[in-house]
Amino acid sequence: MIKTIEVDKLTKKFGSFTAVDNISFSVSSGEILGLLGANGAGKTTTIKMLCGLLAPTSGKIKVAGYNAYLQAEQIRTRIGYMSQKFSLYNDLTVWENIHFFGGVYGLWGKQLKLRAEALIDDFEMRPFMNLTVQSLPPGWRQRIALAVSLVHNPPIILLDEPTSGVDPIARRMFWETIHQISANGTTALVTTHYIDEAEYCNNVLVMVDGKLVAAGQPNELKSLYNSTTMDDVFLSLARNENTKI
Amino acid sequence: MSYIEISNLSKSYGKIKALNNVNINVDAGELFGLIGPDGAGKSTLIRIVTTLLLPDSGYVNVLGYNTREDYKKIRGEIGYMPAVFSLYSDLTVQENLDFFAGVFGATVAENYNLIRGVYHMLEPFKNRPAGKLSGGMKQKLALSCALIHRPKVLILDEPTTGVDAVSRRELWELLYDIKHQGITIFVSTAYMDEAKQCDRVALIQKGRVLGVNSPHGFAQMFPHKLYDVYADGIWSFLDKIRALDTCKSAYMFGSNLHYVSTDDAETTETLTNKLHQIGLSGDVDIKQINAGIEDYFIRQLTENAELS
Amino acid sequence: MIVGRNMFFNFVTKEFKHIFRDVRTLLLVLVMPIIQLLIFGFVISADIKNASFAVLDYSHDVQSNKLVQRLTASGYFKLMGYLKNENDIEKAFRNGDAKLVLIIGEDLATKLERERSAYYQIITDASDPNTASILAGYAQSVIYAFVAENYSSYLRLMPVEIESRMLYNEEMSSAFMFVPGTMVLILMLVTAMMTSISITREKEMGTMEVLLISPLKPWHIVLGKVLPYIGIAFTNVLVIIFMGYTVFHLPLRGNLLLLLALCSLFIILALSLGIFISTVASSQALAMFMSMFALMLPTILLSGFIFPIENMPKVLQWLSLIMPPRWFLSALKTIMIKGQGLMYTINEVLVMLGMAIMFIILSIKKFKVRLE
Repeated sequence: MIKTIEVDKLTKKFGSFTAVDNISFSVSSGEILGLLGANGAGKTTTIKMLCGLLAPTSGKIKVAGYNAYLQAEQIRTRIGYMSQKFSLYNDLTVWENIHFFGGVYGLWGKQLKLRAEALIDDFEMRPFMNLTVQSLPPGWRQRIALAVSLVHNPPIILLDEPTSGVDPIARRMFWETIHQISANGTTALVTTHYIDEAEYCNNVLVMVDGKLVAAGQPNELKSLYNSTTMDDVFLSLARNENTKI
Repeated sequence: MSYIEISNLSKSYGKIKALNNVNINVDAGELFGLIGPDGAGKSTLIRIVTTLLLPDSGYVNVLGYNTREDYKKIRGEIGYMPAVFSLYSDLTVQENLDFFAGVFGATVAENYNLIRGVYHMLEPFKNRPAGKLSGGMKQKLALSCALIHRPKVLILDEPTTGVDAVSRRELWELLYDIKHQGITIFVSTAYMDEAKQCDRVALIQKGRVLGVNSPHGFAQMFPHKLYDVYADGIWSFLDKIRALDTCKSAYMFGSNLHYVSTDDAETTETLTNKLHQIGLSGDVDIKQINAGIEDYFIRQLTENAELS
Repeated sequence: MIVGRNMFFNFVTKEFKHIFRDVRTLLLVLVMPIIQLLIFGFVISADIKNASFAVLDYSHDVQSNKLVQRLTASGYFKLMGYLKNENDIEKAFRNGDAKLVLIIGEDLATKLERERSAYYQIITDASDPNTASILAGYAQSVIYAFVAENYSSYLRLMPVEIESRMLYNEEMSSAFMFVPGTMVLILMLVTAMMTSISITREKEMGTMEVLLISPLKPWHIVLGKVLPYIGIAFTNVLVIIFMGYTVFHLPLRGNLLLLLALCSLFIILALSLGIFISTVASSQALAMFMSMFALMLPTILLSGFIFPIENMPKVLQWLSLIMPPRWFLSALKTIMIKGQGLMYTINEVLVMLGMAIMFIILSIKKFKVRLE
């Protein structure tokens, strides 16, 4: 297995506050890695460092073989990023969004048209490709955002709370799509605060207060902590850390 | 007696129907949950119940008073914790508590019993500015502030969103205590698994109530046989499983697959055979289970395609 | 149970805590007026040292020479030379030789002696109206002083007849221009802008939702929020008057109580405007934007603070009539500089009172007991 993301002793401090505290992990190609934790646990900060949007205070990050902060240019074309807040222009149509973001990544002309058509078909978006994003239900918006993050065929996708507040069916639809994508060899790193979604990942990392408190396959973690569900795993992990505020 | 009576309630923002003919009754002493995804209309409904918004049609009575005409009588009798962080971050824990007590004409001392459970957890940090608390502690402080005047009805808008697992559980335990002190609770959440904490639950999607029942009642309303399937590598067989003749629907559920069968004669054996036939090898662990609220919700969404 | 008065007191206490904990804002609100006053003071006085002027003297007698010398000796003016006739005036301005021309009428000495009135005229280069008005004011004050020294006994009986093309700011120094101007600016900032922002902040934070469902009455919330700012604004008034008096030697000619009463009226007006903005704006950013464009810019541009209203196009002059600061500035000058009483500012006071009542009524009508 080729390691597509390698993180070594990564730390990020904001003033005296340590958002990410000495974490190390790696992700192989085609793997779905879940990054779990409550709001403020350091998930988003980690993702931002992986994208090269934030400089680490210390530690090393290699994404697709490049140094995340020093070679951000190379990395940007190799990762797809979808955040819970910004991802699409609501007043543009689905087609226009895909075209715009394709253009951003340097696709144009016939190449862009082919890629956009392929995405429209893969994600079954043809019936509403000419509707504005804001007129579509939230579940579909997430799906389109995912399609857009894949427009430049990145080998790695980073998804920051993609399913936050989405209905149960749309959440499942989304995860099924992620599995399809990863079957083609794409690496996916997904953050979530829905603990049950941990089960949909090949491997999970659990973060509490910036620290990595557990890592492994969901089944390994469950037997390790003598629990039947990931929720219980998470609870016993978090309780250990809950002595401080 | 109904403490909250929501009748034929509709509300639109321009073309968007935020609430569509909603009917809910919350009885005195109940812990009532309003469950639905983002954008389902939960916050709009809660703001109408708290008299902060007016409905387009229909009405809401809280404690027997109409939210339109008698809003002044309702305000002061209810406690409300909005979805947004609603504390003063530059004031300390103690100052926030004192302020909100004062606003409602109460003192912390006279209702100390009610908030003792929460306050006990907050006390070590009472001189810390509210803005510097962790997410879970902030929610606990906001809960204390909403309770401090001993309201008859406590209304909470997504108190557990974005809060860590431990704080979520603690918050529900606190709500349980508060209920036992005789306070009626109306709480919204986007987490399906929290439904089991409530006496009764209303499922809401796209402004419409899909059902009101107890968590147990929902399971009984589920019309099909439901199987919980575990097998290694099952995800790559999803398309084939869905093509099976008895398959009503099949979807991921944690590490397992939930299989809804259209055939009342289905057994674990018949289903195991079907799965082996489509090529699923190795150990297949199949149990028939009672439907949970999430299964019911998924069924309602698939039955009413216009809702999803 | 705590009842009404204590509930209100509880609210005001909280508001003071917000203000005193936010050190940056507090400094801004208390120190900025002083800095602003000093900056205006020094920038303006630096601007008009040694301004060049020319004289068109139809008298050429002892007194007219004395007057010119007096102007030169004031330190503000530098004599460029004498002009021959009126045609030269335009040329002097166009070539930039002079920023101000003093025309002295015929027989100055004799006329002052016998008729106790004389003609002179000050013409300034209005291409830079600020400097022009300040220079005119300076020249005027020198002439006043000159006449007062030589003919003081007569002056009381029969004032010297003066004629000037730029009669505004006919008084002594530029301090008269910027001290009232700064006061208006600061009061607008502290009261209108700060209150509108602090009320909309509660809307943004979600605390307003909780306050609305509490037994607090709307006026509790609004008055509770503005009361601390009244205190701060009044402190600013005292500081500015004190500094004007000590640093810039601004004589306080009028009744001090009347002056403070006038300032209080304006504070109330500015507050009602701030409250009105907060009832319309849904976010802090919008409140800030509205305050900037609806309050600060007109205060600076249209109140007569920097650009004399008399020099504005007619449309802007009419527009200035609906600007609250214009009326305050006018009344302030009447009281502080001319030393006149209430009767001379009755128009301004009534207009401001009317505006305040209008905004308060509008705010009450617009204040939402609900969210939309």
